[in-house]
Amino acid sequence: MTNHLLEIAGMHKSFGGLKVIDDVSFKVRRSSRTALIGPNGAGKTTVFNLLTGVYPIDAGTITVDGQDITDVPPQDRVTVGMSRSFQNIRLMPHLSTVENVMLGQHARARKLGSLLFPLGMLPHNKWRQAAEEALENAGVGTYPGEIVSNLPYGVQKRIEVVRAMVSDPKLLLLDEPAAGLNKTETNQLQELLERVSDQGVTILVVEHDMQFVRDLCDHIVVLNFGRKIFEGTPEEVHQDPAVLEAYLGTDDDTAEAANAS
Amino acid sequence: MSGYIEAQLIILCLSIIYAYGIFLPAASGQLNLGAAGFITLGAYASAWFNASTGAELPMWLSIPLAMIFTGVIAFAISFPILRTRGVYMVLATFAFAEVVSGVAINLEFVGGAAGFPVDGHTDVTVIVPVTIGVILFSFYFMSTRLGLSLRSIHDDESVATLFGVNVRTSKVVAFTVGAMLMSLGGSLYGHHYNYIEAQTFNVLLSIYILLYVLMGGTQTAWGPLIGAAFFAIVPETLREIAESAGLKWLAEGRFILFGVFIVLLMVFRPEGVMTRTLQDRLGGGLFRRKKTAVEETGGGA
Ligand SMILES: Nc1ncnc2c1ncn2[C@@H]1O[C@H](COP(=O)(O)OP(=O)(O)OP(=O)(O)O)[C@@H](O)[C@H]1O
Ligand SMILES: [Mg+2]
Repeated sequence: MTNHLLEIAGMHKSFGGLKVIDDVSFKVRRSSRTALIGPNGAGKTTVFNLLTGVYPIDAGTITVDGQDITDVPPQDRVTVGMSRSFQNIRLMPHLSTVENVMLGQHARARKLGSLLFPLGMLPHNKWRQAAEEALENAGVGTYPGEIVSNLPYGVQKRIEVVRAMVSDPKLLLLDEPAAGLNKTETNQLQELLERVSDQGVTILVVEHDMQFVRDLCDHIVVLNFGRKIFEGTPEEVHQDPAVLEAYLGTDDDTAEAANAS
Repeated sequence: MSGYIEAQLIILCLSIIYAYGIFLPAASGQLNLGAAGFITLGAYASAWFNASTGAELPMWLSIPLAMIFTGVIAFAISFPILRTRGVYMVLATFAFAEVVSGVAINLEFVGGAAGFPVDGHTDVTVIVPVTIGVILFSFYFMSTRLGLSLRSIHDDESVATLFGVNVRTSKVVAFTVGAMLMSLGGSLYGHHYNYIEAQTFNVLLSIYILLYVLMGGTQTAWGPLIGAAFFAIVPETLREIAESAGLKWLAEGRFILFGVFIVLLMVFRPEGVMTRTLQDRLGGGLFRRKKTAVEETGGGA
């Protein structure tokens, strides 16, 4: 068992000649809360897409928990132990809240017996109960009788996080989970993630809200134009001239501006 | 039961079975216009397995065997067909049905172009219970995690994949099981009317069945039931009423009325009559747990 849950080495990705990820390498320590930050278009979401297999990588390796997953097909990566939320909400619009969360359990239910279990007919089954509990723990209602596309943005955003959590990942990838949340919701989210982290889940989070990043994370990786320009602690990141120049600016006002965009 | 009502009931039952066969793949967003092909396979295969000139098996064997036969063919063709999407899948499945029809017409040992007399007879006492069985099976199927996967694939295939859903396998299963249901319907048709000819199962039939399903709604297992019941009953009832009221123009023009109605339905309920939201609204607390109702007010923004 290595000290690092995720190891990215020499990752490259181009889209039609445009280098979007250019030789990025970093490691995420087991049980850490790592942030991946950088200006708009830096390639943060692309890193998540490459990790989860949305696109194949052009070069490099991805190792999760000692296993090289570079060539593992996308539908099997979640069973290796990672799941994600999306920057733009990607809930299933025609499913209810609980059904969306039950989709998140799929990685743990791929045996024939589980696939043929009538989730929708037995109201008290363990899957449904687990989904409802996960929502409750996250302070989100179950909204019976509502399809998710009718729910408020902040609620949908948090359902995304719950859906990613219920696959029981070792590594939770969150793409701007706090975007669009108000102060109370952001605090709730932070508290939830701290609890998840205390249970040993490793968190890699993309977020523009620097306050949130400072409060939650113990390690930061900064991308700019597809290259890693910094890696270190939250204290160090504010001292680093390259990061200040590229992203954070000279004071927090500029960071707030980046957050707003 | 009067002969007339019984005849209508049989048509209704067969329409429902066919509709569920198209619904299962449609729930994951696949548009299958090949219903006639699978019905033909079921009708001919069971007729031949049962015929004195064929395998001479009893119907309780010939019908399931026909389902397996159709299932194997559906499984084999699902791989090329499921590579296509949207209107291309419509065309591919339509082409498949045309091929089946062309082959059936040219096979002399099943009567060729003259049609094929069917030995064993099924009546309403078999067809109605089988139909109820198909309905229950489909409700069960859609309530499983596999059903949830299909609905997820319909909404967002790539996200479903990232959560571990095997999209290809799920689609193949839905397509194949659906084909087997249509085969069952086709066998029952043959054994009820005791005569089949490939021309009966034409593209118009495929269109109607797909229409039942889309009109009824593909989000819940109620959709095909509502769609098939509506389409099988309303035009006929309309004719009955019009004729007994002496409204000849209505009796003859009922298809125009019906066409207008379909267009209006497509405009005002593009997702079908029965949607997930409507089902929950109608279900109003029937299957709902008290606890979740409390959570609804307790949680939230
Ligand atoms: N599928 C794609 N095809 C072509 N270009 C892409 C694709 N995905 C991302 N890009 C490009 O890659 C670059 C990085 O995009 P990415 O979404 O990873 O940025 P990001 O760091 O997540 O930015 P933001 O903070 O705005 O979310 C952008 O220039 C984007 O246009
Ligand atoms: Mg992004």
